[in-house]
Amino acid sequence: MNWYAVKAIYLSELARTWRTPMQSIASPVLSTSLYFIVFGAAIGSAMVSIDGISYGAFIIPGLIMLTVLTESTSNSSFGIYMPKWSGSIYEVLSAPVSAVEIVLGYVGAAASKSLILGGIILLTARFFVDYSILHPGWMLLFLLLTCITFSLLGFIIGLLADGFEKLQVVPLMIVTPLAFLGGTFYSISMLPEFWQKVTLFNPVVYLVSGFRWSFYGVSDVNVGVSLAMILLFMFSFLVIIYWIFRTGYKVKV
Amino acid sequence: MSGYIVEVNNLSKTYKSGHQALKNVSLQIKQGEILALLGPNGAGKTTLISIICGLVNPGPGSVQVAGFDVVKAYRQSRQKIGLVPQELVVSMFETVWNSVVFSRGMFGKARNDAFLQTALQSLSLWEKRDSKVMELSGGMKRRLLIAKALAHEPEVLFLDEPTAGVDVELRRDMWRLVEQLRQQGVTIILTTHYIEEAEAIADRIGIISQGELLLVEEKQQLMMRLGQKQLILQLQQPLATVPASLASYALDLSADGLLLTYTYDGGSDHNHVTEMLGAIEQARLKLKDVHTKQRSLEQIFVSLLEDAS
Repeated sequence: MNWYAVKAIYLSELARTWRTPMQSIASPVLSTSLYFIVFGAAIGSAMVSIDGISYGAFIIPGLIMLTVLTESTSNSSFGIYMPKWSGSIYEVLSAPVSAVEIVLGYVGAAASKSLILGGIILLTARFFVDYSILHPGWMLLFLLLTCITFSLLGFIIGLLADGFEKLQVVPLMIVTPLAFLGGTFYSISMLPEFWQKVTLFNPVVYLVSGFRWSFYGVSDVNVGVSLAMILLFMFSFLVIIYWIFRTGYKVKV
Repeated sequence: MSGYIVEVNNLSKTYKSGHQALKNVSLQIKQGEILALLGPNGAGKTTLISIICGLVNPGPGSVQVAGFDVVKAYRQSRQKIGLVPQELVVSMFETVWNSVVFSRGMFGKARNDAFLQTALQSLSLWEKRDSKVMELSGGMKRRLLIAKALAHEPEVLFLDEPTAGVDVELRRDMWRLVEQLRQQGVTIILTTHYIEEAEAIADRIGIISQGELLLVEEKQQLMMRLGQKQLILQLQQPLATVPASLASYALDLSADGLLLTYTYDGGSDHNHVTEMLGAIEQARLKLKDVHTKQRSLEQIFVSLLEDAS
């Protein structure tokens, strides 16, 4: 293993975050905080509790997931797309590194950023809403797996994209709607029976449900199923990345 | 080990578009030499370099660097290689220092600040180490690309059109740097379409056209073999016509009648310089001065390409 290369990519990508703190950290924290203020502190007090949890506290896991999903995807896709776009990818492709090391560097950095961001949002939420974490270890595991999985997705998008617009399509047009409709703001048991079944095709439901379980011990789907689904997504994304590097598709000619 | 630092055997490459960029190219490069690959745009120079460096998937054939196959043993082969690309492609928001630290790390080398400092100093970039790349001039960016390529102490350096679009001063700086690197034992392969660049710094010249390597030869030998020489005789008195006794030497007389030019094969042992000078003496022509001129590499290059097409 070329650990020096992994470290070089990882630190270089993290440095990009520290160069743009407003965009990378402050902006997502602020926008998520607005949800806490509006739906938690303001409207939340007028809403009925769900599964015995106040509405403000109920939406915290979903909102963290919403931010982590979109940020992981965006960070990772941007991280690999930028050198592709500028041409500086030549240095990565001509270096003695394997696909594993490249993925560890880029995806590791993107996942780390999202994990830090998730932590900051969790702490920020405390200023507006009271919440508890019943299973902190599981909470951390769900958060970490989600950060990694969606950073892998972003990495695939960055490798395949051939324009800045396409970088934004998946996070904004697919991930965000799925997160909104995946039980971030409600329990899927509140939906009519037909829509409950349809919602089960939304992968984000499993992420939000598992994550919420780690906070409050309640979930829409079995926590084991949630975990299995995250691992399934992660495995699927890894297979796609393996194929891209093996064939050189959109990477080498 | 074959004794060559780079060995390319029967390499071909056809892109998905159907364009055949390389046709059965074989090339051996000795350690410590400077090889210039000359060729017009689209000749296959960059494809060849890109395959050796791992940027382009090779077609049929084999490529080895320091005895390591560039596909099967890519880690070992790539560690030996530094690449300076043709375009100024470098992350613009990084500082110069972070940029070279990144490059060294990518090639699996532990950080060595003293070495990187020396590299930056030798390229007159040390004072700019904390500047962002975007703040550098074009020439400095190109020097930075060289610093990045040298950051992991490679044995072979590929320079893809290193002086394309740079001013004369920087070009001379590059040539000095190349010579300095050669003295340190670095093998240098450069592509260029500046003939004078190859003429000035290369030990051997390879000429590539339409994916075919037309020849690879020592520069001096090439110029001797393919370079016509001219012997120019300056006369004390002008001539109206070339004397009949000199007709067999096909001499050219200048318009003012004061210069006679004899063109001959510089690489041949059987020219007729002696006989021609004897005939001049017999014709009682008085000479004021004599000098020779060799056909330039550019003229050789053009004639080879014309022959190939």
